Amino acid sequence: MSASAPEPLPGARVSASTSASGSAPGAFAHARRVLRDNPVTLVGFVLLALLLVVAVGGEALAPYDPLASSDAVLQAPSFAHWFGTDALGRDVFSRVLVATRLDLSIAVAAVSIACVVGSALGAVAGYFPGALESVIDRLLDTIMAFPLFVLAMGIVAALGNTVENIVYATAVINVPFYARVVRAEVRIRRDAAFARAARLAGNPEWRVLLVHLLPNALPPLTVQVSLNLGWAVLNAAGLSFIGLGVRPPTPEWGIMVAEGANYIVSGEWWLAMFPGAALMLAVFTFNLMGDGLRDIVDPAKRT
Amino acid sequence: MSPTPPPSLLRVRDLAVSFRTRDADVEAVRGVDFELAPGETLGIVGESGSGKSVSVQAMMRILDAGGHISCGEILYSGIDLRRAAERDLRDLRGRELAMVFQDPRGALNPIRTVGRQIGDVLRLHARATRTTARAAAMRALEAVRIQDPGRVLDAYPFELSGGMCQRVVIALALACDPRVLIADEPTTGLDVTTQRAVMDLIAGLIRERGMGAILITHDLALAAGYCDRIVVMHDGRIVERGTPAELFGRPREPYTRRLVAATLRPGVSLEQLLPEVRPARRTVADPDPDPDPDPDPDPDPDPDSKPGSAPVDGASVEPLLSARSISLSFDTPTGQVHAVRDVSFEIERGRSLGLVGESGSGKSTTAAIVARLQDPDTGTLHFEGVDLTAVPARRFARHALRPRIQMVFQDSGDSLNPRHRARHSIAEPLERLTRLGRRERRDRVHALAESVGLPGSLLERFPHQLSGGQRARVNIARAIALDPALLVLDEPTAALDVSIQAVVLNLIADLRAERELACLFVTHDLEVVRLMCDDVLVMRAGELVERGTVHQVLEAPAHEYTRLLMAARPVPPPVAVVAGPSGPFGK
Amino acid sequence: MNPTLARVAGRVGSTLPVVAGVVVISFLLSRALPGDPASYFAGQLADAESIAQVRASMGLDKSLPAQFVDYVGALLRGDLGRSMSTGQTVATDLARRLPASLELTLAALVLSCAVAVPLGVLAATRPGSWVDHLCRVLVTAGVSLPTFFTGILLIYVFYYLLGWAPSPLGRLDFVYLEPAHVTGFYLIDALIARDAETFFAAVRQLVLPAVTLALFTLAPLARMTRASMLAALGSAHVRTARAVGATRRSVVLGHALGNALLPVVTTLGMVFSFTLGANVLVEKVFAWPGIGSYAVDALVVSDYAAVQGFVLTMALLFVALNLLIDVVYTVIDPRMRRGATR
Repeated sequence: MSASAPEPLPGARVSASTSASGSAPGAFAHARRVLRDNPVTLVGFVLLALLLVVAVGGEALAPYDPLASSDAVLQAPSFAHWFGTDALGRDVFSRVLVATRLDLSIAVAAVSIACVVGSALGAVAGYFPGALESVIDRLLDTIMAFPLFVLAMGIVAALGNTVENIVYATAVINVPFYARVVRAEVRIRRDAAFARAARLAGNPEWRVLLVHLLPNALPPLTVQVSLNLGWAVLNAAGLSFIGLGVRPPTPEWGIMVAEGANYIVSGEWWLAMFPGAALMLAVFTFNLMGDGLRDIVDPAKRT
Repeated sequence: MSPTPPPSLLRVRDLAVSFRTRDADVEAVRGVDFELAPGETLGIVGESGSGKSVSVQAMMRILDAGGHISCGEILYSGIDLRRAAERDLRDLRGRELAMVFQDPRGALNPIRTVGRQIGDVLRLHARATRTTARAAAMRALEAVRIQDPGRVLDAYPFELSGGMCQRVVIALALACDPRVLIADEPTTGLDVTTQRAVMDLIAGLIRERGMGAILITHDLALAAGYCDRIVVMHDGRIVERGTPAELFGRPREPYTRRLVAATLRPGVSLEQLLPEVRPARRTVADPDPDPDPDPDPDPDPDPDSKPGSAPVDGASVEPLLSARSISLSFDTPTGQVHAVRDVSFEIERGRSLGLVGESGSGKSTTAAIVARLQDPDTGTLHFEGVDLTAVPARRFARHALRPRIQMVFQDSGDSLNPRHRARHSIAEPLERLTRLGRRERRDRVHALAESVGLPGSLLERFPHQLSGGQRARVNIARAIALDPALLVLDEPTAALDVSIQAVVLNLIADLRAERELACLFVTHDLEVVRLMCDDVLVMRAGELVERGTVHQVLEAPAHEYTRLLMAARPVPPPVAVVAGPSGPFGK
Repeated sequence: MNPTLARVAGRVGSTLPVVAGVVVISFLLSRALPGDPASYFAGQLADAESIAQVRASMGLDKSLPAQFVDYVGALLRGDLGRSMSTGQTVATDLARRLPASLELTLAALVLSCAVAVPLGVLAATRPGSWVDHLCRVLVTAGVSLPTFFTGILLIYVFYYLLGWAPSPLGRLDFVYLEPAHVTGFYLIDALIARDAETFFAAVRQLVLPAVTLALFTLAPLARMTRASMLAALGSAHVRTARAVGATRRSVVLGHALGNALLPVVTTLGMVFSFTLGANVLVEKVFAWPGIGSYAVDALVVSDYAAVQGFVLTMALLFVALNLLIDVVYTVIDPRMRRGATR
């Protein structure tokens, strides 16, 4: 009798599967079920869809040209200009809309790179203990020894003030998170019974790692990705806020907040507030999705 | 003229407990009633999900969040615990009603010394003051017969062994001299010898102090050894009650009969574990069914031949597996641990070798080495004449002999890949090591599922959707998929309920007979060895202390440790015999 | 050797390679910064030869490894170079501005812990109550807030709209004089000088930036406290405590909290990392004269010595902080103290 397993409740048996055919529901049906049960996640997905539509649509959706200046300078929000205009007479609403694509693509690119590189490093470090693991460990420790935003500042300053470098800098500072998650998950399962069974079934070591262990790290990795996307957006905006990366007149949320900050003290709130709110919305969306994504990806949650 | 019965210490009537879940209320327990007289030990026995722990937690009013008592009364010395105020309950808990749980180390606060924890309880119930707490705690430790109470007093739980921790937990429970002790699976997870020591300790202390006690366990034999009366629970209800002799001798309910039949006891045969043959189990033509459980006193030419095992003949048949001087040690922060020391043995074709030992004996490590999942530091392993140790473990996966040696794992949470359906887990070895086409593989998987009694519809399920017994079957199907010559089984039934264990053991025996498998059977339970194995090896601390045929070793153990192991298991009362007072340990 | 001492020494020892890595990386970063300091120092009118002379005198013409050796040597002497914009040595600049940043960060952290830990504990002990929901909302919102935006929002509401907060122009309103310099922390120095007016003035200026920073760190701390408290409350030894009749208070405070705080201490390290980064943003928004705003100004003009000095200082500060947390953890967790293997 397992010493650590709690006694299951008599009423809560091993559940017979819900579908009539007797097999577990497919991935799509399961995803639908998770969303239905978890309204918060559903909201997150709806918002994400909205953001994606705006990001893809870009200029096509904007009522005005985001770069076109006009005489209608510093106008408060009105029917003509929903979010008001800025110091050069540009429509804030259009600029906020168009900025979506840039901010999201920076975040997605950075997180993708960080995820792939970090997971690879973590998998290797977790599975092959020894010299390789120590070297990787040291590297991760050194990266994490810097306050991460400061490191990003340093990298962008060193490599040059371009958008690509913002992506690289954000990617570098995010690598340790993925590496740590994957390393922990791989290490836990490295000697699990099913891993040994996989070896008995004729899987060489690389295949055990790739096919059997890594997919099991997917649920916590998915949560990490989702949360990271939010943080990457904040990072990129923060860097632009202090003048690194994106340059005017490119519309980007961080820069717009920075420009708008000067006008707050004189009461022209709309220049900073709307881009800031958009920023918050994007990050909030990614955070909302985090848990729901894990439930979708984890087959143990399928009933 | 019978004397008036003494007033009962504890009386539970018509208890019902439900849990609030997201969808609805789940009723965990219903219609439970029992009584406990002073000085009496009551056993509550049930398998997982029977509701035994829930009932008792409800009694002590320490249910988890979401649980509530929906009906019934709980009378302790006239007080209805169900309606009592929390303050009064707190007063009773520890001082009059004490509880001991499973997992002793987890039950103690990891960042506080033992002495302080006991002192806290004493001061809480005003049995000691700040100045007298230490001395009082020392006395509490001495009461549970701890040799070196001073050292233990200042130790943290992580510095103590499992058995020592359980003694501390008992000391904690008995510190305030309660009148009732409730022990919820107090020895599960402990070694067999430690189990015996702890249970004897508890029984002795109860007797000394004239306490009432409730023992909750899944092990009917254990309960029979220590309880005056037993209550059997199943699926949230009480199924039957009686003295151990009555339950074993004259079980009335079908569930009780199954439970009693499935309980391992000396002299029982595999078939007798399962008196009702279940349709999923395939019967095998047994060449020599032997209904008489008594061992033949005359030397039999082959007293240990189990159905299907190859006879031992004197002619030099090359052994299937030959292990010579296997050793393995590894470094830990506290020094070097010699997991396996100079172990040598042989397994003949078609015969089953049992490997018995407690935790830390090195049996699992030895099994892993035999299955080529690990490399020994020194020693060789010859299989069908080939030196297996020439190939390192991490390259063995693609070796030609890989399919010949396979392993069945214990059903712990991680024996099956959580992301793979049962079908995939079974088909994996076929995909990797055979050249079968997809259709052939699918047919093979179905055939395998059938031979282990797994309904085809379950093949599409994920591990978390399968019960323990079903997972065990998948484990077995996977292991025999490649038609191995040698099957290594590492405690395959340790995590299973008793009734399921009976089924799985029978299944393994049938498969062995059909396929003429040789087995290396790792277990801590000597009864399992007696049922399943031809030969046995006893290990302790990495060394082999005894070897021989099952008949030789179990009838006449030569080594003192083997004798200790044998004596540790409580012997239940005889089955299907009207019994007189049968005192297993001279109660 | 005393096992605790051995462990502490081990921890200290293990940071040495990290420090080495930090020095290497900040050296590499600084050398890759755009802008040629030699031509800047040589002046507008300098010709190629004098620029080359200046470069030689600054050691910038040597090979990279040689420059690294010079760099390390200078570091060990405490020489971080000279700032192009202020003309002072970077070390002087940083030393002058560090107290401002520390005062802000510490005030924010104290505030943050004072709110987050009780909030997390209450949320865990009363699941489903309004406290729990408040905690969860705060956490989700908190991790979504961009620090610089919160600061601006707070300025708008509390300064512009409500007029409660003073103008966000630094540590002290210009009417007041700095208190006599003892620690560099205005609050402490004002108290030492028994100058109540200056003290309160400094506090007023500190409130908004500290709250901004605190909001940022509140979320992860509250989330971690709540999660580890929930885990501790559900653990087996808490069940034992209830079974022996411990009062609810002693169960929560004595058994659960002690165990729950350990993971929170480890989280503090991560929180520090974010805080030191968010510091930069907050200092820019509130014109706080700390090392963060110093670095931002230096970045814009490619003042490489200043930026490099800033990055290095921050990293070393962070390493020291983590080491401190690590050591504290090693000392307070008896399992670490006595070398547990289980």
